[in-house]
Amino acid sequence: MSAEENIDVSIHNRLHPPMDPVPPDRSLADCPHPEGRSDDIPGKDLRQAEVFLKGEISGHKGIFAEGRPETPGYNFAYLDEQTKRMLRRAILKAVAVPGCQVPFGGREMPMPYGWGTGGIQVSAAIMGKNDVLKVIDQGSDDTTNAVSIRSFFRRVAGIPVTTSTGEATIIQTRHRIPEHPLREGQIIVYQVPVPEPLRWMEPSEKETRTMHALEEYGVMHVKLYEDIARHGEIATSYDYPVMVGGRYVMSPSPLPKFDNPKMHQSPALQLFGAGREKRVYAVPPYTDVRSLDFEDYPFSVQHWDKPCGICGSTDTYLDEIITDDKGTRLYVCSDTDHCAARLASRKDKRGGPDD
Amino acid sequence: MTEPAAVGFAIPSASPFAGIRDAKAPPPADRPSPNQGLLYVEGVGKYYGDRIGCKDVSFDLWPGEVLAIVGESGSGKSTLLNLVCGRMVPTSGKVRYRESSGDLFDVHKLPEASRRRLLRTEWGYVHQNPRDGLRMRVSAGGNIGERLMACGSRHYGNIRKTGVSWLDRVEIDADRIDDVPVSYSGGMQQRLQIARNLVSAPRLVFMDEPTGGLDVSVQARLLDLIRTLVREMGLSVVLVTHDLAVARLLAHRLMVMRRGEVVESGLADQVLDDPRHEYTQLLVSSVLQG
Repeated sequence: MSAEENIDVSIHNRLHPPMDPVPPDRSLADCPHPEGRSDDIPGKDLRQAEVFLKGEISGHKGIFAEGRPETPGYNFAYLDEQTKRMLRRAILKAVAVPGCQVPFGGREMPMPYGWGTGGIQVSAAIMGKNDVLKVIDQGSDDTTNAVSIRSFFRRVAGIPVTTSTGEATIIQTRHRIPEHPLREGQIIVYQVPVPEPLRWMEPSEKETRTMHALEEYGVMHVKLYEDIARHGEIATSYDYPVMVGGRYVMSPSPLPKFDNPKMHQSPALQLFGAGREKRVYAVPPYTDVRSLDFEDYPFSVQHWDKPCGICGSTDTYLDEIITDDKGTRLYVCSDTDHCAARLASRKDKRGGPDD
Repeated sequence: MTEPAAVGFAIPSASPFAGIRDAKAPPPADRPSPNQGLLYVEGVGKYYGDRIGCKDVSFDLWPGEVLAIVGESGSGKSTLLNLVCGRMVPTSGKVRYRESSGDLFDVHKLPEASRRRLLRTEWGYVHQNPRDGLRMRVSAGGNIGERLMACGSRHYGNIRKTGVSWLDRVEIDADRIDDVPVSYSGGMQQRLQIARNLVSAPRLVFMDEPTGGLDVSVQARLLDLIRTLVREMGLSVVLVTHDLAVARLLAHRLMVMRRGEVVESGLADQVLDDPRHEYTQLLVSSVLQG
């Protein structure tokens, strides 16, 4: 065994000493591991399961679940048609004026505010029978929120769901843009907690609307100035303000600034839904998205000294996971699907699904 | 001794240059000149329903001039200030301001965008309570830099350098640049507010009781500072105060208001030393005794 293989495999083995056989429900995307385990990390099941599936990068296709008959008593995709129309009108306006916050008549959803009510309403409004849905929460396909929303739409819309970024047509996300580049025709729906980027500086809604209308964005730089004055660098690491299409300053929701460059000239349509504040906004495909910065403190993204502990990736966004009581740390890709795909391609090259 | 004959600088009408100014150009009265007024307030009035806020006030303000509006509380001073700076729309009358380009325009007919731009570039507004004029959770440097950033400055090093130099000018230690105004004393907050307003080198500053709520020794220091800055920068100031001592120290001209009306106006020393109106006499005698 080479040294490189040694590192990967040893970490992998330490986490899951006996490699499980594929459980019979492995193909169900909305099924987390049946019993919780002390060594559970986000995406663990997915990372294991991927190895045995076929797909575009390597034989990797993600976990896929066929649609199932819609639950009777619900309209397609839960919302009634009039509500969806209202939402689509708001979305069209948002697409027409990139980065501008458009109010909509938010509905009560069967979940609390802060869990993605805005994103779910936008997804429901744009969803068709032929769509394939992927839901991620902090990059992971198998955390509670992602699993719940996926199973919700599978039940009320009967559409197939997947974990593969490449296969999905609608990707609802909280906190991350997938590492796998998006393509034309895909729509990424963000769940947004605080849509107003000026809110931290200016508490008055009337005033912030005026500031947007008159393009008075100097105060955004005051926030960045404060960062540099206090921390010696722009310490804002998520929800980093961006200028969309050279006109509107927009909050990219709690996206890590690592993902900001991916929004720039993205071929996919990006929709943002804030359920509590009842606002949608959008970045149409191929739109300029610039992160604000200073001439002498240019925008930069996070980087890590270590590669991903599972797939060895050095160019992805890593989560830090504390694995025991002694403070041992493991850095793994936050995008579980991407991590699994890389792992699968490595194993394919080695010529076997398992070591 | 007879006066020397005026040396003829004027271009005689027969001069070849006489016809150059075409008919479409604005009348010469609107061209910039050192002798031309900065602010013309004409018959401005404001009614709150039936009650009078202020009534038929007119004055002109000239470059470098400090005008104090004095009167007891409720006499319409602050209403007048808000009308003049465009925060409030008058019921009658108009306010005209001459921009640095020399154009004269009606403050209340300006589009909102231009008025707000004016308020953060050529104008300043010093609130009585520094909490209204400062961002209390933003460091002193950020407070001073805000106008610069609003005007498009995007170089952190330069903004900070300007911040340090302005702190120095308003006599605050440079090492307090990263402290938030909540941690400042009242007098320092007020001086910071002044720095924040003057950083864009405004031409006209409105001050609403700048020394209100400060103790006497701090007041004296602040007045001294304001006087120095006004002289150095050639500022025009409209100052609202109920304190005649402040008016005497800072103002060139004085307007005394009562129940929304101007009862007396004139040179500050003249009005204070030789008050004509009975109300002014009362004011002067009640304050300047001893």
